[in-house]
Amino acid sequence: MRRIRAAAAGAVTVSLLTAVTACGGGSSTGGGSNDSPKTLTYWASNQGASIEVDKKVLQPELDKFEKQSGIKVKVEVVPWSDLLNRILTATTSGQGPDVLNIGNTWSASLQATGALLPWDASNFAKIGGKDRFVESALGSTGAQGKDPAAVPLYSMAYALYYNKKMFADAGIAKPPATWDELIADGKKLSKGGKWGLGAEGSNPSENIHHTFVFAKQHGADFFTADGKPDFTSDGTVAAVKQYVDLMAKDKIIAPGNAEYAQNQSVSDFAKGKNAMLLWQSASANLKSQGMSDDAYGIAPVPVQSGTPGTGTNVNSMVAGINLAVFKNSHNLDGATKFVKFMTSDAEQKILNTAYSSIPPVKTAQTDATFNTPANAVLKDTLAKSAAALPQVADESQFETTVGTAVKTLFAAAAAGHAVTTESVKAELEKAQQQMPAK
Amino acid sequence: MTTTTAASADSGERAVPKDSPGAARGPRRPGRIRRIALPYLLLLPALILELLVHLVPMVIGIFMSFKELTQFYIRDWGTAPWSGFDNYKVSVDFSAPVGKALLHSFLVTVGFTLLSVGLCWLIGTAAAIYMQDTFRGRGLLRALFLVPYALPVYAAVITWVFMFQHDNGLVNHVLHDQLHLTDKPSFWLIGDNSFYALLTVSVWKGWPFAFLIVMAGLQNIPGELYEAAALDGAGLWQQLRRITLPSLRPVNQVLVLVLFLWTFNDFNTPFVLFGRTAPEAADLISVHIYQASFVTWNFGTGSAMSVLLLLFLLVVTGVYLLLTSRGRKTADV
Repeated sequence: MRRIRAAAAGAVTVSLLTAVTACGGGSSTGGGSNDSPKTLTYWASNQGASIEVDKKVLQPELDKFEKQSGIKVKVEVVPWSDLLNRILTATTSGQGPDVLNIGNTWSASLQATGALLPWDASNFAKIGGKDRFVESALGSTGAQGKDPAAVPLYSMAYALYYNKKMFADAGIAKPPATWDELIADGKKLSKGGKWGLGAEGSNPSENIHHTFVFAKQHGADFFTADGKPDFTSDGTVAAVKQYVDLMAKDKIIAPGNAEYAQNQSVSDFAKGKNAMLLWQSASANLKSQGMSDDAYGIAPVPVQSGTPGTGTNVNSMVAGINLAVFKNSHNLDGATKFVKFMTSDAEQKILNTAYSSIPPVKTAQTDATFNTPANAVLKDTLAKSAAALPQVADESQFETTVGTAVKTLFAAAAAGHAVTTESVKAELEKAQQQMPAK
Repeated sequence: MTTTTAASADSGERAVPKDSPGAARGPRRPGRIRRIALPYLLLLPALILELLVHLVPMVIGIFMSFKELTQFYIRDWGTAPWSGFDNYKVSVDFSAPVGKALLHSFLVTVGFTLLSVGLCWLIGTAAAIYMQDTFRGRGLLRALFLVPYALPVYAAVITWVFMFQHDNGLVNHVLHDQLHLTDKPSFWLIGDNSFYALLTVSVWKGWPFAFLIVMAGLQNIPGELYEAAALDGAGLWQQLRRITLPSLRPVNQVLVLVLFLWTFNDFNTPFVLFGRTAPEAADLISVHIYQASFVTWNFGTGSAMSVLLLLFLLVVTGVYLLLTSRGRKTADV
């Protein structure tokens, strides 16, 4: 009898426990507080060659911060493939980190959810003022006319990486400056199982970054001035077609690249299968794959004609990572202190050196490390010829729909189907129809 | 929380009045209450967990489908406006792009499911029947056949991804480089061939289950039936048609239903195979709904599509069970 009673008591306890844990799931969606001033959770994006590399880079810095402030930072490095979904989930459940890295192109989309702490004048004052940051980096922190949803952390730009030896073997003296030159060089290089250029045809974000620049060079935008999607103008169609034609018509990209989505084109470049690569801050990644710094050169991304500049001579997006604070953090003061620490001159130098990116903080940028020839190209591009992706609430939807449309076009090109103005327009039209109606 | 307390209080109340008539019967009563209540008490944790894991999320999903849950409201669900049947209207308006895409995905899924379940059943049954005879190495083969079913889905499917790669994949190496069946290496993970790639993986992963269940069913068919049939001059084919298949009928009824539901709802295989944007030819409905929710960040529409899927599967299951069990009754008579 006693045993039965014990079993019954056990059963009831288990039931109650599950009920209690269920209650724990919900949470306040209200504002933040300073309830737990001694700890912070930090979601870092994957910037180095692997997640382990990132942990090794970040941990000594977080220890430094703990020594200074007495706040322990628990870091989790989140892979890019999961980051946006993780942030969305955190937003929905209210159970998120205190501080997090976001891709700067998502700023306006995430700003619209209201989950991130707005950086108004008083918040900026706590980290040394808005003027500390480079103008172009601030242009990718949220919708115009609103307080930024995040502050810039690392800045990057696209550049043309080329294999010096393969160029010399093909008798090419200098890297191409226009697309016509790139295609001519690419044709000389594409033979014997080797190809002129690499691409990540199945990666929607990469597709967007390139077609955005092509669109700029055709004088077109994917969004109208008042933020409505406009994917099918002549300029955008020509832009997408020009990019896909590098595989379809010019045949300087291997058809196999149409299914690349995990940075295989970087490995191909490191192995000498592709002679050229359009990439942002590839140096650290190439080194980890065994390609030495002097084996490749870095040049600005080509333009249609002339030299890189503004308007139709834009040759890169403003790439980069922003640092944001979750609005319902339980340690708002600590989070702000951590942002101040991460954007301080000293940390900016250490971190941007480790990730081969450019500091978005003016005073850190003058350091000698960022004035090597390779970094000079990136810095120049950021300063003179980079444009921010549209800062509209629908930006991440745009990345998925148009990025997928370009993926489909690459798949068609790889299978040997013709890519025409009509087929490009049809795909873009489909993408536009999937955008949320307002 | 409210649901769970209500449930436990409810079962508690019910247990007491049931036993109160026995109160007059004397001193043995407390023991009897305990004995009768105990099984229910032991079931309680399972019941509550079932509610939490299955029913509560389902109810929340249905609730979400009537809201305009876009990126502007996900932070605070309470503020999301009610949208009535708008999400459903968008999903089933087949002349508009969203509905058209959903219909396309639905048809792809139906075709895929029919082929996959059919092949799984056919291969599984054939293998089980061949494995009935004793021969050397039978145990080993049986174990080997079950490997795809036992492997973790992710590990198994990612291996297939490597095999299906255009440049270095095993499939192209065999088909193109060695057998010269194609003029040039084919793409399996993008474009139209992706449907066959998906089907291959799905059948590879699913048939061992059919094999296992049919093999178990075959153990229950008495050997005398075959002996008698053989005496009467029935060949192998006739034995299969007149004895094996009819005896397997109840097993098959459940097997096909379970395979159908699993395949129709399969998310892991296409997601690991193609990533978050599946090619049109292999755009299964589960991934499509996921994509629709995360592309537009409109979780209301995504939920509405899920509820429609649930309704469809309920109807199919109901009709299937009705037809098959009626068929059996008449057969029994």
